[in-house]
Amino acid sequence: MRTNIAEYSMISCGSLVQALEAMDQTPNPIPFAGGTDLMVYLHFGKLPIGTYLNLHSVPELRSKIEITDQEVILHGLTTYMDVYTHSFFKSEMPILQQAASVVGAIGIQTRGTWVGNIGNASPAADGVPALMLYDADLVLASRQGQRRVFLADYYQGYKKTVRLPNELILEIRIPRQKINTNSFVYYRKVGERNAQAISKVLLAARLEFWPSQTIKDIRIVYGSVMPYTYRMKKLEQHLLNQHITPQLIAEAVHWVGHDLKPIDDIRSNAKYRRKVAQNLMEEFLTQAQANVVFSEGK
Amino acid sequence: MDLQKITFRINGQVWQGQVHPMKRLLDTIREDIGLKGTKEGCGEGECGACTILLDGIPVMSCMVPTCQADGHEITTIEGLESQGQLHVMQKAFLQEGGAQCGICTPGMILSATAYMQHPEIAQTWANALSGNLCRCTGYTKILAACSSAQKDSCCHHCDSKTTPDC
Repeated sequence: MRTNIAEYSMISCGSLVQALEAMDQTPNPIPFAGGTDLMVYLHFGKLPIGTYLNLHSVPELRSKIEITDQEVILHGLTTYMDVYTHSFFKSEMPILQQAASVVGAIGIQTRGTWVGNIGNASPAADGVPALMLYDADLVLASRQGQRRVFLADYYQGYKKTVRLPNELILEIRIPRQKINTNSFVYYRKVGERNAQAISKVLLAARLEFWPSQTIKDIRIVYGSVMPYTYRMKKLEQHLLNQHITPQLIAEAVHWVGHDLKPIDDIRSNAKYRRKVAQNLMEEFLTQAQANVVFSEGK
Repeated sequence: MDLQKITFRINGQVWQGQVHPMKRLLDTIREDIGLKGTKEGCGEGECGACTILLDGIPVMSCMVPTCQADGHEITTIEGLESQGQLHVMQKAFLQEGGAQCGICTPGMILSATAYMQHPEIAQTWANALSGNLCRCTGYTKILAACSSAQKDSCCHHCDSKTTPDC
């Protein structure tokens, strides 16, 4: 390891009240959840020196997943594995389960948290697009109180979020979906290999048809393309109330090529990302169309 | 930064020590406790060589700051045998030649053991071990060892068929 850990401070608080107080009184406090990201920086000598807050010592953040009639609540330390092994998600929110299974491998999934994935604000987050797809809301807490922020409005730029320095992300609240046989969900991560890879391009999308092939509701979220997880609201608007035809698919693919301003980084370049993002859009809409034809045939 | 008093159980024994809270659990296990069975491969959560069980679940000990193990239960490769008898998974690795250079072996065996006990954490053996890399590429024999251990454990405990394809 290339780091002298003596230069770092790590505080463990026994309750949420104490943790929020520490967040308020420490200069530039950094919340530390599963460590699957921060410990990599530590190893390479790139973790900023400062005061870290060990969230594992806060019992409120360790609460189990809650499922009410209206919503699903993931808490501050809910891991990918917690979602993967919970039977609820298989039937009602399969994309969350799928996302959980493509993050790293088992040893990452057992430590990494959904809230950490959001807080870290990496453009290549695999969990965030799945949460955005299901219209997740965040509960942010500070000593001054709590507020709710729509996840799709949380990011403002590369690693820029609306979270204030003294706030913790307490919960993720996801409205329960109506199970609809006319809906189609899609989640595809493109990386170097199946396990232990970070995304080059990711598309999470879903749509509902009603009646027949008309698009009634749609979500389109790209990961690893823009500097932050990006929901294409304008394209969603454009596709609403339309029939999926080869012409509409071509329009959407063109739109994606035009609208996205992909990042260039160590894992891939903008040209490749744009092309793959377009291919994924084509695949999503083509599969959705095939799916609706199939259901009508039944 | 001051050291912190940390207490946990490791391989059934209570351990207590003064450790920097951010010290990697991997280093605490190897340096402070002196158990060298846990290996360091990449140090960045990619290879799985440093896998241990934390409360029975596989985690990579290079990614866990020691303060997060406080009050928990740790199993390392040294803790798998019981009363001088190797664990069924260890025996299977021996019989099938599931180890070559041996660096990935402790992590591999712990991940495999955890999957046998908690089949809900993965879909298949390959999936359960996808975070444990073997640079000798001995995967065929490793997977053979896993299947063999699974059969053996079924024969010995027929009423508890733990894995899906048992």
